[in-house]
Amino acid sequence: MLTELFPNLKLEDLTTATYETFYMTIIALIGTFVFGILLGLLLFLTRNGGMWQNKVLNVTTASFVNIFRAIPFIILILLLFPFTEFLMGTIRGPKAALPALIIGSAPFYARLVEIALREVDKGVVEAAKAMGAKTSTIIFKVLLPESMPALISGITVTAIALIGYTAMAGAIGAGGLGSYAYYSGFQRRDFDVVLICSVIIVVIVFIFQFLGDFITRKLDKR
Amino acid sequence: MISIEGLSKIFTSNKTDTTAVDNLTLSIDQGDIFGVIGYSGAGKSTFVRLLNRLEEPTNGRVVINDQVVTALNKKDLRIARQDIGMIFQHFNLLWSRTVEENIAFPLEIAGVSKEERLERVHSLIDLVGLSGKEQSYPSQLSGGQKQRVGIARALANKPSVLLCDEATSALDPETTNAILDLLVDINRQLGLTIILITHEMHVIRKICNQVAVMENGKVVEQGNVLDVFLHPQQSVTKKFVKQVMGSDEEDNDINQLIKNNEQGKIIRLHFVGETTNDALISQIIKTYQVDVSILQGKITQTQAGAYGTLFIQMGGNQDDVTQAITFIREQTSVELEVVRDAD
Repeated sequence: MLTELFPNLKLEDLTTATYETFYMTIIALIGTFVFGILLGLLLFLTRNGGMWQNKVLNVTTASFVNIFRAIPFIILILLLFPFTEFLMGTIRGPKAALPALIIGSAPFYARLVEIALREVDKGVVEAAKAMGAKTSTIIFKVLLPESMPALISGITVTAIALIGYTAMAGAIGAGGLGSYAYYSGFQRRDFDVVLICSVIIVVIVFIFQFLGDFITRKLDKR
Repeated sequence: MISIEGLSKIFTSNKTDTTAVDNLTLSIDQGDIFGVIGYSGAGKSTFVRLLNRLEEPTNGRVVINDQVVTALNKKDLRIARQDIGMIFQHFNLLWSRTVEENIAFPLEIAGVSKEERLERVHSLIDLVGLSGKEQSYPSQLSGGQKQRVGIARALANKPSVLLCDEATSALDPETTNAILDLLVDINRQLGLTIILITHEMHVIRKICNQVAVMENGKVVEQGNVLDVFLHPQQSVTKKFVKQVMGSDEEDNDINQLIKNNEQGKIIRLHFVGETTNDALISQIIKTYQVDVSILQGKITQTQAGAYGTLFIQMGGNQDDVTQAITFIREQTSVELEVVRDAD
């Protein structure tokens, strides 16, 4: 039936493309989560009145974050080609898309992390200090657990943007559903392929949103 | 023993200096329940934060149990803080942890082994009366229960000092009393020193034995709670004493009493401390055959005994009345004043 409705669709290609999209999204998401939290913590801790108050480091981090958030993603990929080639040894395929995906979305997530950390009750941090906690203890046992629901809903928002980015990366050779829709669909005027790719991407977005909401709700004991 | 010498804190913002704590000198004995009272902005919250250096003092010294807290480096300060428990107005519990895990947190910080942690947590839960709530999250508890968790958490590392920053200000009167009773219990059972910040004289009256009154960053009056209640010197102190005694219109009331009761002597009894527990009134009625009616009065309990004033009317045989008065004056610690003599 699928072949009647979508005569130009090759199921094998579609499966590969979907797999590649998942691969790029999940690996890039893990990278974004780690780097975003690191950057977010750095922004939060070095700010004025923070535990590691340091103007130089704060301004440097903030500039890095702002610059990479300002560059449109499609240009960022092109800009990062030399870096990607150096790091991954190639500029084609899903793996090659990862550095650009992470560098493109980690700064965005870092800002969400910073906001989440600012929402942590200052009294709780003060209580931990009064107990004699080290800064590392405060980070891992107070700041991160207390902001976890916001960190998870933040990564959900970032994941959805990231899925969009993978499609863009696909259009310049990274593979995945974006690539399949563009090369096998749009360029050959086979719009049934474009349509089915869109539908699958929407389904993936829904899955991520549902999972994110579910985990956030489970974690939030407030 | 805690001694505080010349402690000051100056906050600087936008080139203007605000002196929150001004050259404060105090000493607090081991086992005291020491109250610091003042209106908001008096600097009392800053003061308590200077003791464990949550705020860095601008000047002065804090010595707790022979350790100069103000001279410690960061690492030693962290260890010293484990010996200073602290509870807060808004409890400051971690919402992501259960009651049990919240109480275990300071033990994790101190590096206590898991088995010992569990054991200690359970005895603390018993101590503060939260059995059955081990697995609850703070959001499932009432304000009073949250403060109990806060107290258990503050006591986890067996501190010698407990700092209470407006610990009952967010609670209703009944819960406040329950928490205050718990603090007295803990003070007696564990012998730890409690320093308590509040703006309610009721709290001081109920549990403290020493009090310091703060205004504009300075201690304006300090001493034994009963003495301060009896002879308040400063106008702030008088205002605070009125909070619990409400004796502002006393003079009007006396005139009213004299007008309304035409017979017999009207006597003001001033109770200070221990003897209130003895049945003074019934004793003089039985011994001296006088008629006594109680006109007006208020007696309140402090940690050092009762304190208050009672107006009575005493009638009967002149000699009996005189003897009764002499007895009260000479044999008891109650201060007696004859407001109106019989005709």
